[in-house]
Amino acid sequence: VATRLLSRSFPGTPRGWLFCKMLGFLQRPVVVTADVNLTVVALTAAGLLSRLWRLTYPRAVVFDEVYYGQYISFYMKRVFFLDGSGPPFGHMLLALGGYLGGFDGNFVWNRIGAEYSSNVPVWSLRLLPALAGALSVPMAYQILWELRFSHCAAMGAALLMLIENALITQARLMLLESLLIFFNLLAVLSYLKFSNSQKHRPFSPSWWLWLTLTGVACSCAVGIKYMGIFTYLLVLGVAAVHTWHLIGDRALSNVCVLCHVLARAVALVVVPAVTYLLFFYVHLTLLCRSGPHDQIMSSAFQASLEGGLARITQGQPLEVAYGSQVTLKSASGKPVPCWLHSHPSTYPLSYENGRGSSHQQQVTCYPFKDVNNWWIVKDPGRHQLEVSNPPRPVRHGDVVQLVHGMTSRLLNTHDVAAPLNPHAQEVSCYIDYNISMPAQSLWRLDIVNRESDAEIWKTILSEVRLVHLNTSAILKLSGAHLPDWGFRQLEVVGEKLSRGYHESAVWAVEEHRYGRSQEQKERELELHSPTHVDVSRNLSFMARFSELQWRMLTVRSDDSEHKYSSTPLDWVTLDTNIAYWLHPRTSAQIHLLGNVVIWASAGLATALYALLFCWYLLRRRRRVCELPEDSWLRWVLAGALCAGGWATNYLPFFLMEKTLFLYHYLPALTFQILLLPVVLQHIGEHLCRSQLHRSLFGALVVAWYSAACHVFNMLRPLTYGDKSLSPSDLQALRWKESWDILIRKH
Amino acid sequence: MLCATGRLLAAESTALPAQPRGRGPRRCRRRELHFPGHPELPLCRTASVPTGRRAILRRGRMPSAVCGGLAGSELRPRRGRYGPQAARAAVPEEAAEAAAQSPKRPAPGSRPSEAACRWVLLALVTLLAFATRFHRLDQPPHVCWDETHFGKMGSYYINRTFFFDVHPPLGKMLIGLAGYLSGYDGTFMFQKPGDRYEHHNYMGMRGFCAFLGSLLIPFAYLTVLELSKSLPAALLSAALLTFDTGCLTLSQYILLDPILMFFIMAAMLSMVKYNSCADRPFSAPWWFWLSLTGINLAGAIGVKFVGLFIILHVGWNTVSDLWHLFGDLSLSLVTVGKHLTARILCLIVLPLALYTAIYAVHFAVLNQSGPGDGFFSSAFQARLSGNTLHNASVPEYLAFGSVITVKNLRMAIGYLHSHRHLYPEGIGAHQQQVTTYLHKDYNNLWIIKKQNTDSDPLDPSFPVEFVRHGDIIRLEHKETSRNLHSHYHEAPLTRKHYQVTGYGINGTGDSNDFWRIEVINRKFGNRIKVLRSRIRFIHLVTGCVLGSSGKVLPKWGWEQLEVTCTPYLKETLNSIWNVEDHINPKLPNISLDVLQPSFPEILLESHMVMIRGNNGLKPKDNEFTSKPWHWPINYQGLRFSGINDTDFRVYLLGNPVVWWLNLLSIALYLLSGSIIAVAVQRGAHLPGEVEGLSQVLLRGGGQLLLGWALHYFPFFLMGRVLYFHHYFPAMLFSSMLTGILWDTLLRLCACGLAASSLASGVHMGGVLSLLLGTAYSFYLFHPLAYGMVGPLAQDPQSPMAGLRWLESWDF
Repeated sequence: VATRLLSRSFPGTPRGWLFCKMLGFLQRPVVVTADVNLTVVALTAAGLLSRLWRLTYPRAVVFDEVYYGQYISFYMKRVFFLDGSGPPFGHMLLALGGYLGGFDGNFVWNRIGAEYSSNVPVWSLRLLPALAGALSVPMAYQILWELRFSHCAAMGAALLMLIENALITQARLMLLESLLIFFNLLAVLSYLKFSNSQKHRPFSPSWWLWLTLTGVACSCAVGIKYMGIFTYLLVLGVAAVHTWHLIGDRALSNVCVLCHVLARAVALVVVPAVTYLLFFYVHLTLLCRSGPHDQIMSSAFQASLEGGLARITQGQPLEVAYGSQVTLKSASGKPVPCWLHSHPSTYPLSYENGRGSSHQQQVTCYPFKDVNNWWIVKDPGRHQLEVSNPPRPVRHGDVVQLVHGMTSRLLNTHDVAAPLNPHAQEVSCYIDYNISMPAQSLWRLDIVNRESDAEIWKTILSEVRLVHLNTSAILKLSGAHLPDWGFRQLEVVGEKLSRGYHESAVWAVEEHRYGRSQEQKERELELHSPTHVDVSRNLSFMARFSELQWRMLTVRSDDSEHKYSSTPLDWVTLDTNIAYWLHPRTSAQIHLLGNVVIWASAGLATALYALLFCWYLLRRRRRVCELPEDSWLRWVLAGALCAGGWATNYLPFFLMEKTLFLYHYLPALTFQILLLPVVLQHIGEHLCRSQLHRSLFGALVVAWYSAACHVFNMLRPLTYGDKSLSPSDLQALRWKESWDILIRKH
Repeated sequence: MLCATGRLLAAESTALPAQPRGRGPRRCRRRELHFPGHPELPLCRTASVPTGRRAILRRGRMPSAVCGGLAGSELRPRRGRYGPQAARAAVPEEAAEAAAQSPKRPAPGSRPSEAACRWVLLALVTLLAFATRFHRLDQPPHVCWDETHFGKMGSYYINRTFFFDVHPPLGKMLIGLAGYLSGYDGTFMFQKPGDRYEHHNYMGMRGFCAFLGSLLIPFAYLTVLELSKSLPAALLSAALLTFDTGCLTLSQYILLDPILMFFIMAAMLSMVKYNSCADRPFSAPWWFWLSLTGINLAGAIGVKFVGLFIILHVGWNTVSDLWHLFGDLSLSLVTVGKHLTARILCLIVLPLALYTAIYAVHFAVLNQSGPGDGFFSSAFQARLSGNTLHNASVPEYLAFGSVITVKNLRMAIGYLHSHRHLYPEGIGAHQQQVTTYLHKDYNNLWIIKKQNTDSDPLDPSFPVEFVRHGDIIRLEHKETSRNLHSHYHEAPLTRKHYQVTGYGINGTGDSNDFWRIEVINRKFGNRIKVLRSRIRFIHLVTGCVLGSSGKVLPKWGWEQLEVTCTPYLKETLNSIWNVEDHINPKLPNISLDVLQPSFPEILLESHMVMIRGNNGLKPKDNEFTSKPWHWPINYQGLRFSGINDTDFRVYLLGNPVVWWLNLLSIALYLLSGSIIAVAVQRGAHLPGEVEGLSQVLLRGGGQLLLGWALHYFPFFLMGRVLYFHHYFPAMLFSSMLTGILWDTLLRLCACGLAASSLASGVHMGGVLSLLLGTAYSFYLFHPLAYGMVGPLAQDPQSPMAGLRWLESWDF
């Protein structure tokens, strides 16, 4: 049996070829040597079989496919969307499947269980996750092999991955976890390959290949889900410790050490960062059309998309001048994106709690486009409301008045408490009731993102704050909804307490045109007519990236309760499951449900590892070394990667406040499965004293693995969903009270 | 590869015990040779240089007297830890000398002048600290900022009324005690900032806080002195804190922060002191400092939960300490066990006991009903005299026919309630509203009835039938005779839940009125206790659970809270209830005192309520909030008092010179620390003096850096509202780090310069200019703390004009 590694032969082959080509192939015969590890081939085949078997079944939307599917459709139609759940690489990979299968994006993803229409290439859509899941099996083998564990242990790890029901279920659908697990494992594997080639052949092509691949795989993992960052940090941590020892290696020259450190910094920090940006670059290049999520983004961003706002704002004048007609959009998307608005209704004379108001015209923020959103920028020193020729641009620091277009009243604030936030000032459109309340309608323009102090106020691009001259209050969206008298629009206040930067006090001109008409009637007509002149503007990629990334991180998911949500504590003991799909007529169903034997023994193995590790550590501290040095080092490295991988992928969930599901545990579980054979081999080698013990232990392991296989087989109908079970069978499968297995009542 | 850390440590521990025999004694002696002549500034390079030079010639690799004298003494405690007994046996006279080194003991022979110098400086520093903190302490004579909370809570202690706060009680108890002792009678209302104190005696409380705030500075001085053995470093740290306007402002008012910082610094100081006693384990000073550390830890966590960070710090120090002891093969396991036990006793058992004692006092003092009652469970309220539940008596077990009120277990949700108003058209079914209501009211009363018999259970001819876990019941609203009802309509606000209504006429409804009553964590068939049982109501038809979403209904629901039936069977507090009032004439009443919770239960409950309260302090959207990254750069201050130019304004803002110097120092520290660490790892042979200094930098500085990081970075993870003043404990550590860093860097510069006069001049000049610079900046910025009247800083007329270096400062 060829016990050498399959993949080692892969880099070897092209390297030999390259070598020959470079040095002249005339000198030597062209030789291709390849040794194939049949075990790995067999494992890959088994993995493929288990993951790809009847992949198109069920031909219906299963669980979160309903969620990811809509994004695939958006990619197919190249419509912009915003998904706060994760970076775009995973979505793009799924969409790649759709692209390869010729999917046109025409499917309504609205209900779990809906039948796919014939234009949906289910097989190719599910192919990439399934392949990733299948390849995780031989990769588990390789990782243990690279950790210098025995062939049996490596086989054991791969076989456990093969029969883990939860991994199979998750890999066979259009979901991201199996891709994430694949890249996690790839990162660990390539790092191990790299660190093993470190001793013999540093700076060789294969050394570079594995080092770079580590970085790329890490960024792919992060690009699929943010939680990939845990594995990335783990790999970085291990790499840092290794580098630190390298620095301490006095046999190496200083220059050599510097080269080593730089190479690692580039491959493990710079390359992932660039790759991550690349994902967004592709994402933004692909999604060039405006879509349903435009509203969340800033006007500048929206204007960079085809259609939507760009169609409206296309060709607007860039520089705001005195006499410009503008709509002002709040930079804060909370609770909804909206525009500064006023309408002929006034504030009620007194509020419910007895406080009085100025009874002047209401100023609000309105989440829909409306003719009442138009304001005219007026020079306080002059009377005309049209743009002079040539236009006089407004600059940072200038004092302006804002005239409401339809009512011709001036934006005003004064020392009257705002309706819902009494500590702030009321903002109104000034009506002169001829009482001792003069108009205070002067506003100083403060361009937040200015580059110089003489910057001109620009449409869409400038973020401005309006600072009231008399009271230094800032025009701000408070975020509260006005009651019925304010038509449930959003409250706008003059905030005078704090002067820190906050999005809610920042506004940007969205629609803009130069006003031409002198008379109010004409002006109203003008306001009703659409804007059009011609200027194009482009936002740089970095600006778009940073805005998109920021929005993705801050976008809030609404109601977070879910029937199948669970807590991290439920995961270790597998106290929870998720029903993914139920056949519309029979009782065939798919559940995310783990192999109980594997979960329990993996948990035990982790605890045992921790105990043994502490025990050995204490003993070594007192100079009692039972383990030979090399097997101790191996034991520690395996623990750092596997137990560490489990801990970093699991423990942070205790701090998270979002809704959690069982599938969040799968990456951690994968690392735990890798640890299991490590612990078993250790027990067999070091803790079983006599040959008898060893054989006994071997028999136990075989029995245990058969039990795992048996459990896999019993849960198989729930994993593949291909068999209709009678209610009594289902009841028999409900091994835990907390499992929610669907039993039809007839 | 990974385990090589272990190997490294092992190697270190074998290598180090050799050190004392070789280096130690000589170093000590040489150090003694130097200092006597220059007590004020024990700088190496002055008159003693020739000795140092000679030493270089004589000893080859050990030239370290010049700067190493300082470092040698820093190393000593560590070394002692590795092999104290061996060291003691081998060189007894060294032990004596080591003892003489301790600043606590008057040193024999040539030492007194130096020790005296330390004491004089300490006295000076303390005096200056007190002078700055007590200057104009009575100004402004009105309530400033959070005094309105903590002053009020102090009054509550004096008046013995129960209140609720998110912080543990020690700080407020001390404030109350200070007020009580200084003759404040607890009658001032502390209603809002700006209220004048008039005749009320507030100086006692402010004075107490200022006293503790002043002590921070001598503590910093001693800590740095112990860590670096360098007077200039200690002086510099003390000066940075003395001249920081932020620390000054925060120390002058009735706040928890000076008390918290006092305990944090005291714990740090006693930990450092105890570390330097490590060569004399189980001696009296060792026990003293160890237990003092424990006491201060209890104090810190007793004031605010932020005290947890100093506990982590001490914990980390202890674990690494024990790890070294454990690796020392010259110590028997029994000795290591003794060490372990001592630490468990002093650092875990003692603080825990004290912390519990604080709560015991808290509950004993506050025995009267007050504003905090509503936050606590019914059983808890029964303890408080003046509360309606106090000394009340009700039947113990629920029976059919009982009239009850049902309270949600979640804080501030209230009682299950219904009234004669229907849900408006279009919102679910047009049936009677069911809500939760926070106040006691007749409409909160419900009657428990059996599923389908309408016979009056109160009929004396029927036997009493208790309600048991798992029984199917009907809840009839007493005032309107409608049944608690649910059905497949979406709830008014939480769309994923089902609507809950009142349905039926005179108690006759349909099968949607049936609920299964379940007790959490109980077995089938158990009876249900008033107050103590945590129960759930499960709707029989839909299988959903009765709960309250905590959302406020619009006006049609009288702004009471929404009640829903949730299909998600999670055990959240929203869906758990308890029975509070209970009327059943057929059952004997028992006194609620029997049900009184035990002390551990009260303790647990008050912690749960505090944690929930802390989590509840979430920032709202569209509000300006302080972010952790604002703090070290001194981005924005806090208004303590006054807004307009006519007011007396106090603005909490760090002295920018100090703060920005601190920020720079952390960057410099990381840079120099990593350079040194890499150099050591590369096996570079550092000259003796540099090595000594770098040890000070890595060990002493490392401890302070750890302290800073532990008191700063966790805030990034916190979801609650944050304020600028949360940074001040971290700021203390970073100021101490600055002191050590600049002193060491200047010494390193001095060591690098060949000419001796120039070298000492560089060091002296550097330290002096830093001292004078901070003092001058304090002169510039002192109005921030001591109060300003007049035009705002943007006005050129203002005395503060030109000092508004950042636009975000508004004073």
